[in-house]
This record gives sequence, structure tokens and C-alpha cells, in this order.
Amino acid sequence: MAEVLFFIAATGAIAGAIGVIRLENPFYSVLSLVVHLLSLAALFLLLRAEFIAAAQVVVYAGAVMVLYVFVVAYVGGAEPMRRPYAPGLRGLSVVFAAVILVELWIALLGTGLKAVDAEGARFNPAAEDPFGSPGALGNALLQKFLLPFELASLLLLVAAIGAVVLARRRRGAGLEEDDAALISVVDALRPEGTGTMKEGVSGLPDVGGTPPGSHPKGTTRPEIAAGAGESRRRGEGDDWEGGW
Amino acid sequence: MSIGWYLAVSAFIFAIGAGGVMVKRNPLVILLCLELMLNAANLALIAFSRMHGTDDGQVFALIVMVVAACEVTVGLGIIVAMYRRRVPVDVDELRELQG
Amino acid sequence: MTSVKTFAWLTLLLPLAGCIVNALGYRVLRGKLPGYVGTAVLFGSFVSAVLMLFSLQDLAEEERHVRAVAWDVMATTGFDGELALLVDPLSVFMTVTITLVSSLIHLYSVAYMGGDRGYARFFSYLNFFVFSMLLLILAGNFLFLIVGWAFVGAASYLLISFWYRRETATAAGIKAFVINVLGDVGLVLGTFFIFKGTGTLDYLGSFEKAAEISQGDVTAGCILLLVGAFAKSAQIPLHTWLADAMEGPTPVSALIHAATMVTAGVYLIARMWPLFEQSASAAAVGAIVGCLTLFVSATIGLVVTDLKRIIAYSTMSQIGYMVMAVSSGAYVAGIFHFYTHAFFKALLFMAAGSVIAAMAGVQNIDKMRGFRGAMPFTFICFVLGGLSLAGVPPFAGFFSKDEVLAYVADRGDWHVALVVVGYVTAFITAVYTFRMIFRVFFGEPSPEARELEGGHLHHADVPRNPVTGEEEDTDVGFPGPEHHIAEQELPMRIAMGVLALAAIAAGWLQIPNVTEALDHFLEPTFAESRFHEELHPSDALTFGGLAIGALCGIAGIAVAYLIWVRRPEIAVRMRERFAPLHTLFVNKWYADEALDRLVVRPAAWFGRFAQQTFERIVVNGLFVGGPVALVRAGSAAVRSRQSGFLRAYAALMVLGLAGVVLWLLLLG
Repeated sequence: MAEVLFFIAATGAIAGAIGVIRLENPFYSVLSLVVHLLSLAALFLLLRAEFIAAAQVVVYAGAVMVLYVFVVAYVGGAEPMRRPYAPGLRGLSVVFAAVILVELWIALLGTGLKAVDAEGARFNPAAEDPFGSPGALGNALLQKFLLPFELASLLLLVAAIGAVVLARRRRGAGLEEDDAALISVVDALRPEGTGTMKEGVSGLPDVGGTPPGSHPKGTTRPEIAAGAGESRRRGEGDDWEGGW
Repeated sequence: MSIGWYLAVSAFIFAIGAGGVMVKRNPLVILLCLELMLNAANLALIAFSRMHGTDDGQVFALIVMVVAACEVTVGLGIIVAMYRRRVPVDVDELRELQG
Repeated sequence: MTSVKTFAWLTLLLPLAGCIVNALGYRVLRGKLPGYVGTAVLFGSFVSAVLMLFSLQDLAEEERHVRAVAWDVMATTGFDGELALLVDPLSVFMTVTITLVSSLIHLYSVAYMGGDRGYARFFSYLNFFVFSMLLLILAGNFLFLIVGWAFVGAASYLLISFWYRRETATAAGIKAFVINVLGDVGLVLGTFFIFKGTGTLDYLGSFEKAAEISQGDVTAGCILLLVGAFAKSAQIPLHTWLADAMEGPTPVSALIHAATMVTAGVYLIARMWPLFEQSASAAAVGAIVGCLTLFVSATIGLVVTDLKRIIAYSTMSQIGYMVMAVSSGAYVAGIFHFYTHAFFKALLFMAAGSVIAAMAGVQNIDKMRGFRGAMPFTFICFVLGGLSLAGVPPFAGFFSKDEVLAYVADRGDWHVALVVVGYVTAFITAVYTFRMIFRVFFGEPSPEARELEGGHLHHADVPRNPVTGEEEDTDVGFPGPEHHIAEQELPMRIAMGVLALAAIAAGWLQIPNVTEALDHFLEPTFAESRFHEELHPSDALTFGGLAIGALCGIAGIAVAYLIWVRRPEIAVRMRERFAPLHTLFVNKWYADEALDRLVVRPAAWFGRFAQQTFERIVVNGLFVGGPVALVRAGSAAVRSRQSGFLRAYAALMVLGLAGVVLWLLLLG
């Protein structure tokens, strides 16, 4: 029975993974990843890690993927892309991935760990906090791994702040005129350019005196400011060659 | 099923994720492939945790999940910011950090 | 013993004190005061030298090598560099001569250089020069010999280019200095060879071990020392600087290029007699070069028309006699000739200075005639000096020159050839000396002489460079506006008078079989010398030589009288008949041109090559540019990896990961 469940879950995981990379539409890729995550939760259950399986479903598939769905809905990205920059890299990448796979499988096959061939350590469901139960994990988190636990929460805080700062609206498209007077401290402290090495080598791009990100039209490129919307199609004569 | 099988699956998914990171051009999909790799690692951790019979691997996997969540958050924030500034959402076009 | 040392230091340091006082106090010391200060210290030095002589004679003969050590300068293992003076008869004798002549020249300059804007500087330099020369003479080891040698070269440079705004003067100074430096190199390398052989720099220690040096080392060392001697004493082939050095003021020519600096080479060879006696080939080289020089410079002196240059070539010639003498083992004779030569040559230069002043700076004898009536004192001094130079009895030069030739002849075999050349040259010497005298003082007086007879000293409207005719002014760096002749200045007359008396009487110190004072005096220095013992010309040789010498001198005067007083057209006809010879002599045997071709041009070519080709291509291009280019190429190669292309970075990371895993696999 367990073998059958294993194979189903494994198939689901692998299918989901392949779907992520093969599907054209990013939205479908996200959905494929959700399938993959759920299959992985099943695999965790088979490994008796019940709490982690639950966490996987709730946090990963439930929260993170929902966030992904929102962003993919906003950004889209199903537009046809131009020619890839380095066509030869595709084949080479597949080769590298295959090499990794082969090496890992060789390591697996030739490993000296005898326990890999067994089904795992002895499992005592009648123990006070059996393996994988919330109690066991809770004890571990609050006793043995207290510091990583606290650090992880700190990391979450930082990420939350970072996300807010990043996605903040700054002179976005369609500002009213009286909003142009709003200047924040960060505007005053913002340095020229974006600090890339290309700017350092060939100088700041010529933006006609206005700092980047401060143009009322949201961009300093006239052809975009002239009549572009957010879903503008990329066409010919579009010579975006860097310069923010 | 012996633990080896889970590890084999984990390796396979990791390879798929790595290939995807290298091949795909949409940053969103690249992040998704990163998630694949992280999950593969999680699977391996849980498998080893089962093998040893301790919970250490599971805690590790939990923390990995936390980190993945944070990373996804920030990464998506960057992508949204990129999209907002009319920068093409294509990793091949973003080659400024050169020289 | 103590008093000897005290007097030695006093003699040495008084001129240095005078130099410093004049140098630092030139603003304070007005008028002729720097001159008096300089002269006073020199007289003090002379008195101290005489006292040193007397104290030395108080010691027993074996003890007359006094080492006065001040302190250790560079004493380490295997190397002894002390500030030490060696007071022995040779150095004392030369010191007395040098201080006497120097103080008289200082006295002369007090009047002669009056009006020159660089008056204090002149006396400061002159005192420094005397200090350096005394350091050279009194030094007790090779180290301070070299120091004194170098200082003397520097002082010579400073004094030759004293009128530093004159391009000819500065060029001459540089030429003299460069050739002197060449000699310095020879001297230092020679010292190295001697040091290598004996292990000590001290003279007395070195000479004791002279017999132990290997033949190769001692010959190499002596020949290198000879290079130094030839450069300093203006012997062929390093002689070209002496004629040009006449650009300096006349007192400088008198002091440095007649009496003192150019005799340093003679002193060197005499002092190093233990080494030269070990190496017959080096001694032979010295003798032959000395002989060659004395002949060649005498021939040049026959045709030159610049008054000071005639006297310069005669100096070169007489030094040739001295070098020949000391190289052949006739040490006392050589030093004797140095002593008499110092007096009459300084006298000749002083008198020449007087004549040039009367001519308002012009030195060309073609323009000078008939000064006899206008300048009687100068004329008499010239004649006395000339008679001494020509070797006419009973003047000083007669005894010394013939003693030189007699002793060298006593060496036998091929030295006799040298002596024959010496007598021929004695004849030529008399000819050119009296050519000079007859042309300047006899005949119809020139306009300047007429002016002077009228009591007025000629002044040029515009001061000019006597050689090139360029216009000058009389500010600092050029000669001053005043000209002083002996007839009008007492200090000049006193100095020249004393020297004239010396030119007459100095030779009486060593009349053969009558007085042999110098021989006895210098005995302790040369006591163990092989030649000093062996060489004793027989009476026949001595008196025969004296007779021949006197004959050559008088014959020369007669010939000169005939040609330049009686029948000037002979001179013109001879010049036409012997035109190629004349050209050869006038061009100084093409020595300058030869040096230019052989040394200067290759050196300049090498310098150009080094700068334009080697430096540019090899050093900048290869040695410096090579690593730079390598680094640039390397970093360009590395830089190309940073393309900003994300997927390439990802691929490289995965590749790296695969590599690490592979390594771990292989390790396991």
C-alpha cells in the first residue's frame, strides 16, 4: 500500500516539476507548482513527518503560492519574448543539470550509508511525542533550536519590511499634478543613478536633469511616456539598451 | 519504500529545478524553479530525518520553508517594482551589471 | 714627535679655516680683506710647514716617518680607514714648496684680482684648493689620498670656471673635471688592486708588504695609478684639458697648473716607489709616456700663439721630465725639478698675467710687441724665468733638468733613448720660451705698449672674451673692470721678486759634488729604494750632461734671437716649408679630435642608444610593459566573464556545484 501511494505522490511531484519548466504560461507554471507541493506533502506524510506536511500545505501551497498567483496575475508575462541573448546556453544548461542529476544518483547508489536501504528508524507511535508530531517539533523548536527559531522570525520581519519598501508606489503612472510636490526624505537621500557598474564605466545616463524615477510621466523615455500603457506591446524600433 | 527512493526523487526534482533556473527567461518562472530546488532539499532533509529518527531534519526543513517564503516575498516585490517601471520582465534584457 | 704632528695639522687646517672664513663672511669682509685673510693663513701655513720641517729634522733618521692619526673614519674588519697624515721628508719638502709658492701667489692675487666681483669667492676657492693639495700630499693612507685627489679636481673645476658666465670657461672646467674623474677612477681601481694585495690602506703598512703582492696585481695596480697620475699631471693621452684650463684667471694657472695640482701625479709615483719598483712594466710605461709628453708638448709650444697656452705646454713638457724621472727611479732628481719648476713657472705665469693685464685681457702674442720699455720689471721677471726654464747656468732649472737627464741616463739600455729626446726637447724648450719673450718684449711697441709708456694703462672699450671675441660685461661671473700690472702694484712686485730670486738661486740646493742638500734631506724616504742606491751617474756623465744641457739652452736662445729678433722672415719661410708639420703642431697633434672620435662619440652614441632604443623598447616595453600587458590581458579575460547575464551566472554556479559534488564523490 505504501509503495503505491509513494509512486502516485512521486509521479505527481515529478509531473508538477516538469510542468513548471515546460509550460509556457507562467500562471500554469504556478498551478503546476501547487500540484507539486501537494504531492510533496503526501511524500512527507509517507515519511511520517505529519507536522511538516501540514505546514507545507498551509504555508507553502496556501500562502506563498497565493502570493505568487496574485503577482502573476498582476505582472502577466505571457508576452512573446525576443530572441534569447545566448542561444547556445540552453543546450549547455540541460547538460549541466543532467550532470548534477547523474552525480547525485551515483552518490546515492554508491553511498556507504546502509540505512538508506532501510525504511527508516524505528517508529514508536505510543511515545509521548512521537517522531514528526507537533509536540516533538515544538519541543525541538523551543529547546534545542531556539536561536534559529528566533532568527527565522527576525528574518520574516525583515522580509516583510523589505517587501513593503520595494513595492511602494513612487511616482507611478498617472500621477495627478499636485502630487508632484510630495517629496519624501528618501527622495532627498537617493543617489544619482542606480549604482551599476555600467554607469560607473560609461557615466550616468543622460536624463535631462531630472533624477530617475521622478519624471511626472513615470519615465524619462519619451516614446514610453508619450502614449504607453502598462500592457504596451513590444514592437520594432524599440531600442531599450539599458538606462533606467 | 526505502529511504533511497525518496532521495532519488529529491535529486531528480533538484536537477529539474536547476535546469529551469538556467533555461527560463521570465523571472517569475525562475523563482518558481528556485522553489522547486528548495523543496527538493526539504524532501531530502525529511528523508534523512526519518532515516536517523530525530527531528532535527524536520526543524531544518521548517526553517528552509521560512527562508523560502521570505525570499519569494522579496523577489516578487522586485519583480513588481520592475514591472511598474516598464522594465521588460525578461532576465536576458537585464545585463547592466557588467564590465 | 708631538710638535711635528701639531705643525702638520696646523699646516693642513689653516687654509681650510681661511676658506671657511672667506666663504661665510664674504658679505662682512669688504674690499681687499678676503685677500689678506687668505694670504695670511697661507703664510701661517708656510711658517708652520717650515717649523714642521725643523721638528722633523730633530728626529733621528729612522724615525722620520711620523704618522699623525686624528681618528678612525672607516675602520672595520679588513679595512682600515683612518684620518691619518704621514709626515716624512718627501711630504714635508713638497708641503714647504707648495705653501711658499701658494702664499706668494695669494699675495699676487690680492692685487691682481682687485675689482673682480667674485673676489672673496676667489680666495675661498684658492684656499680650499691649497687645503686639498696639502691633504693629498700629507695623507698617510690611500683613502685620504683619494679624498685629497678628488677635492683637488673639484677645486680645479671651481677655479677654471671661476668666470662662470663665460661659456668657454665653463666648457674648459667641465673638460678638466671629466678627464680628472677618469683619472680618479684609475686611482681608485689601482688602490683596490694594491689593497687586495697588501690588505691595508695605510702607506707604511702597504709598502712593507709590497714584495708580497702578486705580479699581476701590482702591475695592474700601478698602471691604474699611472692613469690617475697622467690625468692629473696632463700627460698624454689625458692632457687635453690643460691648455683649455688657461681660461681660468692667471693666478689660478700659476698655482694649479704650474706648481701644484699638476705635480700631484709626480708625487704619486714618487710616493709609491715601493710598488713601482715591483713592477718594471708599469715603471716603463711611466717613463715612456713622460718622454713622449715632454717632446710632443714642446713641439706644440713652438707654434701656439696664446701667451698662457705656450706656458701651459711648457708646463706639460716639464712635468713630462718629472714623470720620466720618478718612473725611472731618479726620485730625488724628479722632486728637485718639481721644486725649481714651481718657482720659475709660477714666476712666468705671474709675469704673463701682468702682460695680459697691460693688453686689457688679450692673450694673443700676435698682438703683443715691444713691451720692454713699458714694463721693465715684468720683462726682467720673464727673462729670469725663461732662462731658468731653458736650462741656462747658473739658474735653477739648469741644475734640476740636467740632474734628471743624468740620472735617467744612468739607468742604461733603452733609457738612454729617452735622454736623447730629453736633450732635443731642452733645445726646443729654449727656442719656444725665447720665441715668446722676443715676440712680446722686442720689436716695435704695439699700441698698448705705447699707451703704457705714456703712463696710461690700456682699457678695451667693450670687454671681450679673448678667445672668441664675444662681448661681455664686468659684473660677477666675468672678469672685473680693473687690470693690474706688476709695475703698478706692490704686492705683485713682492711676490714676483721673491720668485725671481728663487728662480735664480733655488737650484743651488743641489749642485753636483758641491751641495747635495736635497739628497740628504730626502734620504729617509727613499732609503730602501733599489734605484736610489744604484743610480749614481759618474762624474763624466754628470758634467758632460751639464755641459750639453747648457749648450742646448744657449743654442736655443740664440736660434730664437736669430729668428724672431733679427730675421722674422725665416719664421714665415719655415712655416711654409714645413707646412704639414706646422699644421700637426698647431692642431695639437689632433689629440682632441682623436679623443672625440675614440671616446666622446662612442659614449654619446651609447647614451643615445640607451635612451632611445634600449630604454624605450626593452625596459619600458618589455620589462615594464610586459607584466603590465600580461596583467591587462589576464584581467580582460577575467572581466569578460562578468557579462551581467543572469543565466550565464546561474549556469556557472550549477557547473561549480557539479564540480564540487564530483570532487566529493572522488574523494569518497
